[in-house]
Amino acid sequence: MKSKLMVSPSPHIHDAVSTQSIMRDVLIALVPALVASVIIFGFRALVLTAVCIAACVVFEYLTRRILGRSNTISDLSAAVTGMLLAFNLPVGLPLWMAVLGCFFAIVVVKQLFGGIGQNFANPAIAARIFLLLSFSLPMTTWVQVNQVSGATPLAQMALARAGETQTLPSLLDMFLGVRGGCLGETCALALIIGGIYLIARKVITPTIPLAFIGGVAVFALLLGENPLYHVMSGGCLIGAIFMATDYTTSPVTEKGKLIFGLGCAALTMLIRVFGSYPEGVSYAILLMNIICPLINRVTKSKPFGGVQ
Amino acid sequence: MDCNRFFVLMRHEEEKFNVMGAKIVSNNGKKTLHGVHAPHFKNTTELVPEVMPVPEKVYISLHQHMGAPCEPLVKKGDTVKVGQLIGDTSAFMSAKTHSSVSGTVEAITTMTTSMGGTDQYVVIKTDGLQEVSEEVKPPVVTNYQEFLTAVKNSGLVGLGGAGFPTFVKFNLKDLNMVDTLVINAAECEPYITTDYRTCMDKTKELLAGARAIAKYLELKDIYIGIEDNKPKAIELLEKETKDDPAFHIVSMKASYPKGAEKVIVYETTGRVIKEGQLPFQAGVIVSNVTSVAFLGEYLETGMPLVTRTLTIDGSAIANPKNVVAPIGAMFEDIVNFCGGYKEEPVKMLMGGPMMGITIYTDNLPMVKNNNAMLAFGAEQAKVYEETACIRCGRCVRACPMSLMPAAIETAYKLKKEDELKALKVNLCIECGCCSYVCPAHRQLVVTNKMAKRMIAPKK
Repeated sequence: MKSKLMVSPSPHIHDAVSTQSIMRDVLIALVPALVASVIIFGFRALVLTAVCIAACVVFEYLTRRILGRSNTISDLSAAVTGMLLAFNLPVGLPLWMAVLGCFFAIVVVKQLFGGIGQNFANPAIAARIFLLLSFSLPMTTWVQVNQVSGATPLAQMALARAGETQTLPSLLDMFLGVRGGCLGETCALALIIGGIYLIARKVITPTIPLAFIGGVAVFALLLGENPLYHVMSGGCLIGAIFMATDYTTSPVTEKGKLIFGLGCAALTMLIRVFGSYPEGVSYAILLMNIICPLINRVTKSKPFGGVQ
Repeated sequence: MDCNRFFVLMRHEEEKFNVMGAKIVSNNGKKTLHGVHAPHFKNTTELVPEVMPVPEKVYISLHQHMGAPCEPLVKKGDTVKVGQLIGDTSAFMSAKTHSSVSGTVEAITTMTTSMGGTDQYVVIKTDGLQEVSEEVKPPVVTNYQEFLTAVKNSGLVGLGGAGFPTFVKFNLKDLNMVDTLVINAAECEPYITTDYRTCMDKTKELLAGARAIAKYLELKDIYIGIEDNKPKAIELLEKETKDDPAFHIVSMKASYPKGAEKVIVYETTGRVIKEGQLPFQAGVIVSNVTSVAFLGEYLETGMPLVTRTLTIDGSAIANPKNVVAPIGAMFEDIVNFCGGYKEEPVKMLMGGPMMGITIYTDNLPMVKNNNAMLAFGAEQAKVYEETACIRCGRCVRACPMSLMPAAIETAYKLKKEDELKALKVNLCIECGCCSYVCPAHRQLVVTNKMAKRMIAPKK
């Protein structure tokens, strides 16, 4: 007779997916963009990324420890935040500023609101905006990577709109990422590869990226701008694929995700075309993050056979 | 067993026997409901059930069904034979209990059940002769009332796992309310293959049972829903029913929980069983395939429900098998028939790994609705640590009822009863898909069960 067997509630088997495996997949999906950034911007891209990842993990560990909470660095979410933040910085940014950004992302935006799953805004986006407002000049100092200009294509497009003559990088250069910009955002090819990986691994559903990117293209057409340049410049692709799809700060249902993606696209284009700042992806995502709970409220799933 | 379904039934008992002309919603079954792709582990698929030798003692529960327990009709020292009635009650919601062996009643005793409650058991010391009782004779059935009486006398309960007395299910105020029989052969739980074996080994009985139910309940169509991971069974049933236009064999994409009542009704007939309704209110009678085959056999032989087939499997079982065991046999005896344990069992289940119930000892007798007993070693009995919800929405995408388990969990923690009602937690079928997919390993289905209790009408 066997007795004192383990008693536990069903189900007794579990899918192999865990928080850690999801975050690991996101890190893997970011690797092509990391490789591209090192090729385009040089070795310092790798240094900056490594510093950001290390700083985020250390801040996560220390904050949880000081607050007397469980250690969560093994879920890899801090590493993802670090990598994404690094990808949203210009390659020449002083390291101490990057570390300060990591502090803001992990401690202020993430842990003080309760840690993973509780933050109201994407930590990397919030930190990027914090750095942009605090250190406007270093955050917009781009290194020249092609013979055309050190300015970002979006800044050039804004100048062109004001009547100045500008020579934009070719579409091929845009696709390969040979242009001014933050270190992880320029190479469309690498970002799309990462996005396909995330969708194939079922880490994200395609709704938000497609609504965001498609929305930007459509709004660009409506406003008489070149949709391809708008999609491939600024943080559009990295934002649509990696930042707007952050679970915690995006809606749960597919309908909600569609509204969220289109909202991001509309705000991005409004800021880009009518705002005083040439780039709008970060602000667009942040604003949509903030109204995400409202979207969730109006896009609840409809229970099967439910009667009102 | 499934207490919640029982309570739903109780609440709608009155309605059940008064509702006329159910409104039928149909969408031709075009959409499939959500679910999860759990591994199948159907290791015992090709193993024809083996009859185990009669154990030295059997412990027959007098409460193997939803509803009122039976009163014992025998006393210590009585001689009993196979198929003899040993427990009955005047309560409507119940099922008769018969002896599965021949021998001598050793005691009428109260024992702790697998669920932690207590029930009365008839302990019978077997004589190994398996003499059949004189009470066992084929029933004479010519009309609906006689059919109901026969079903009641057979002691049949839902063999798919719920243990709902079949006679109660068939007892309808007005036969015009129903027009369709849905036979559940989905068998979506991993490991279990007994329903598959029924399709393969008892095809004749299955079709006879289905025809009898359709005849006496005046049903036009018979749908047999079966997952497409059982192609041989689909082929066989299609072949055997090709000349009978009443039968429709529906091959469903194998994903869990295709065998859940609301899911299989929707995916075979396109009808939606709405909140608070029972299947008959959508015009459907749903029955497990093994129950139907048993009924076909019973109408032929008159032998009540005294044995059943179980899948005995899991990493700790030496020789996994499908076993035909007498009701009341100890799990320990059944496992010994399967060569015992090959490693120290850490967790044992009655039923499959998605909805099965853990048992704390193998020194428990099997009951009518046990379709499997699984034993796992330490590696498979792993317990995951719950971490924070990351709001990934996997639970929402997995839920066949399109509920929002993560939102339900939040509302439950905040004790927001109105919110829980608005989120329709009462529609949860407790299939466990949400817990299965949760990357944070949260026990979402447990919370759903507790939330249902929280908003249940207070007694």
